[in-house]
Amino acid sequence: MRYAKRGRLRFTSHRDISRAVERAVRRAGIPVAYSAGFSPHPKISYAGAAPTGVASEAEYLEIGVTTPCDPAQVRQSLDESLPSGLDVLDVVEAGQGGLADRLEVSDWEVRLPGADRELAEVAVEKFLAEGTVEVERLTKKGPRRFDARQAVLGLRVSEGADRIAAQVQGEPCVILRMVVRHMTPAVRPDDVLTGLRLVADFAPPVPPEVTRLAQGPLDASTGALADPLDLDRDTTRGGEAGPAGEHVAG
Amino acid sequence: MPVESIFHRLEALLPKVQKPIQYVGGELNSTVKDWDSADVRWALMYPDAYEVGLPNQGVAILYEILNELPGTLAERTYAVWPDLEELMRAEGVPQFTVDAHRPVRAFDVLGVSFSTELGYTNLLTALDLAGIPLLAADRGEDDPIVLAGGHAAFNPEPIADFLDAAVLGDGEQISIAISEVIREWKGEGSPGGRDELLMRLAESGGVYVPRFYDVEYHPDGRIKRVAPNRADVPWRVHKHTVMDLDEWPYPKKPLVPLAETVHERFSVEIFRGCTRGCRFCQAGMITRPVRERSITTIGAMVENGIKESGFNEVGLLSLSSADHSEIGEVAKGLADRYEGTNTSLSLPSTRVDAFNIDLANEFSRNGRRSGLTFAPEGGSERMRKVINKMVTEEDLIRTVTTAYSQGWRQVKLYFMCGLPTEQDEDVLGIADLAKKVIQAGREATGSRDIRCTVSIGGFVPKPHTPFQWAGQADHETVDRRLKQLRDSLRGDKNYGRAIGFRYHDGKPSIVEGLLSRGDRRVGAVIRAVWEDGGRFDGWSEHFSYERWMAAAEKAGVDVDWYTTREREENEVLPWDHLDAGLDREWLWQDWQEAVSGGEVEDCRWTPCYDCGVCPTMGTEIQIGPTGRKLLPLTVV
Ligand code: SF4
Repeated sequence: MRYAKRGRLRFTSHRDISRAVERAVRRAGIPVAYSAGFSPHPKISYAGAAPTGVASEAEYLEIGVTTPCDPAQVRQSLDESLPSGLDVLDVVEAGQGGLADRLEVSDWEVRLPGADRELAEVAVEKFLAEGTVEVERLTKKGPRRFDARQAVLGLRVSEGADRIAAQVQGEPCVILRMVVRHMTPAVRPDDVLTGLRLVADFAPPVPPEVTRLAQGPLDASTGALADPLDLDRDTTRGGEAGPAGEHVAG
Repeated sequence: MPVESIFHRLEALLPKVQKPIQYVGGELNSTVKDWDSADVRWALMYPDAYEVGLPNQGVAILYEILNELPGTLAERTYAVWPDLEELMRAEGVPQFTVDAHRPVRAFDVLGVSFSTELGYTNLLTALDLAGIPLLAADRGEDDPIVLAGGHAAFNPEPIADFLDAAVLGDGEQISIAISEVIREWKGEGSPGGRDELLMRLAESGGVYVPRFYDVEYHPDGRIKRVAPNRADVPWRVHKHTVMDLDEWPYPKKPLVPLAETVHERFSVEIFRGCTRGCRFCQAGMITRPVRERSITTIGAMVENGIKESGFNEVGLLSLSSADHSEIGEVAKGLADRYEGTNTSLSLPSTRVDAFNIDLANEFSRNGRRSGLTFAPEGGSERMRKVINKMVTEEDLIRTVTTAYSQGWRQVKLYFMCGLPTEQDEDVLGIADLAKKVIQAGREATGSRDIRCTVSIGGFVPKPHTPFQWAGQADHETVDRRLKQLRDSLRGDKNYGRAIGFRYHDGKPSIVEGLLSRGDRRVGAVIRAVWEDGGRFDGWSEHFSYERWMAAAEKAGVDVDWYTTREREENEVLPWDHLDAGLDREWLWQDWQEAVSGGEVEDCRWTPCYDCGVCPTMGTEIQIGPTGRKLLPLTVV
């Protein structure tokens, strides 16, 4: 399943979302499978959730169900049961292969209200010219240094037309688009911004608004991001049965 | 004129604060009405953090009822944490509602529900952030009516200067009535301004307006009298009692938060009131008489609540849930209905008897048997007589033996420390009891793998209870007894490891005592504490005893005089003009009997003993049995 985390609901944490999804699944009457054991948990798995405060048009999760479900119906009833702002966009019956493995790269939009466009362009150019850009981030285990350059496959100052309707504001706004490969440690948009500050002293005046626009496998021939659910659509279209014993919608 | 949302200004601050999700609203089943569709607008506040305030039933019920009322809207607001408060001050962002993020000052009423007195400083923060003058006397025509409710409102005197009004008792009907008074007054073009509106509210006798009452003092500091300073204002203000709870099946659309909160469940109040007569229990005294919800309404509310919320836990709430006249049928019926659905049921109940274990067994039918809680409250037989908690040691041992032998491994026991007439040995008796409980459990199960946790709360004498005249134990005494008890438990080789011990030190109880039985002069202390940075006093990491004591000294308030001093029968108490229905003479007599060891039965099962509530309030006990059963749900 692909869902979006929009507007003020971008402030939900991963835990908040999983609680909301569990409740929505119950409200929607989806026959979710439960784990066995002492305290049974619904079988819902989340692939690489966007951090708290970051919006997303492309979050993914998988739900284990006990009986086959119609994906279109699951999409509708789950969407109605979730608070608006957590919106279900696409549901397919899972085919072979893990979903998480297909989420190789993310396409991010970083809106920088009040920032100077020319400075941004210079900074981006300098950043891309570097081989490595070491940044530091505070993690739970203390400060950690890593390279923020190598994971960045694409970075540009985008045209204003890329704005998302839900976030339109009156002020002029510099928008960065970046395609970043998922690696460990994860390189996040704010790490790239740190990199821009380091290479070109580029610092936006207010906190950025970050949105993940897409996630998926990189199409080797076109270099574009592909829809990670296409693979499931192909297998199920072919009429193959899902994994034995447990059907998966998601 | 539509009132603008301040969300875009708040939004810029949210990335910098802890748990920003608590400020964004958008909960499932929340309501945002068009500002201009209503002429009466309420901001409802729970003066604690969102995670505590959101699950509060009182606010949730009023929120629904007011939003159902045509021409009325209600939004919610909570105390913001100090990190956001600081940013809001720096950026000039006002106190806001989480529903539509409208500034609180734009509303007609700011209704604040106080479950405890420790929320008083948070009220001041909210008023100040909202741009509403702290003192009611300084407010103008554009400021909301600041109205207190909840249990602490049965003595609102310490915050009287900050309030325009207070209501006592059940809020359902009075909040509707207040809305109508405001609507009428606004419809007439707000004649006479704020003063006239408050007069209209006060005249009815259902709303307490502190400014219309003057307090006179004796030279020694005791109150001489509290009297209305205007004609047409009643001498006493009465509490409100909703009869027939089946007609008020709220919440119908439970709020489901995105943020994590202290209770993640759907709660149904199965009855209101309690007549067991525990002398320390303010809730039991001020919510009389008992009014049950019928088994069929409970069943319907649970079914609807699960469907509307998606919660997987249902709590059956009340002051003593096992006392519902048909609780056995309720438990069995619900357990049958939800068997195998991963919906768990819980019954917060503290009655010490085997029947309670039957109920717990029913509710844990397909789950695990973890912990059972009982509340003997007093460590010795003598102490339990004083507080009218009629539980013998035999009862307790028999009950826990049954619990352990039926597979429960953990028993929690609640006690209080600092009760009237308490001696060291009464508290040490708790250790003996706990050891006997473990001993009984080991014998019953033949296993050493059983535990017992002893939790101790500090006793605070509360208004409208027989102990309202009692001297509170000082914190040194309480701490000394707790230490003795701890040493006795920990030092025991045979039992020490099987017994857990939870307690708080005695200092917060003294501040709670000052605020519970305080009068208008205590307001200066609250204000001084707040000015010194006092916030979230219910949280041990924010609470500072030293700050409160320093503020009291600065305000010339003698804390001992308010807390540890025993009162005489004829002393005018700060809340005597506020009527919870309890007959003062009956309360005094019960206080005397507490000291001499007299017992009171529960008037649900025995004849009325004339506590005064029913005749004064025109109410009556409403209990079953109805003889109905919960039928299985038909699967659609
Ligand atoms: S007046 Fe009588 S029946 Fe009513 S609550 Fe008091 S004791 Fe019980």
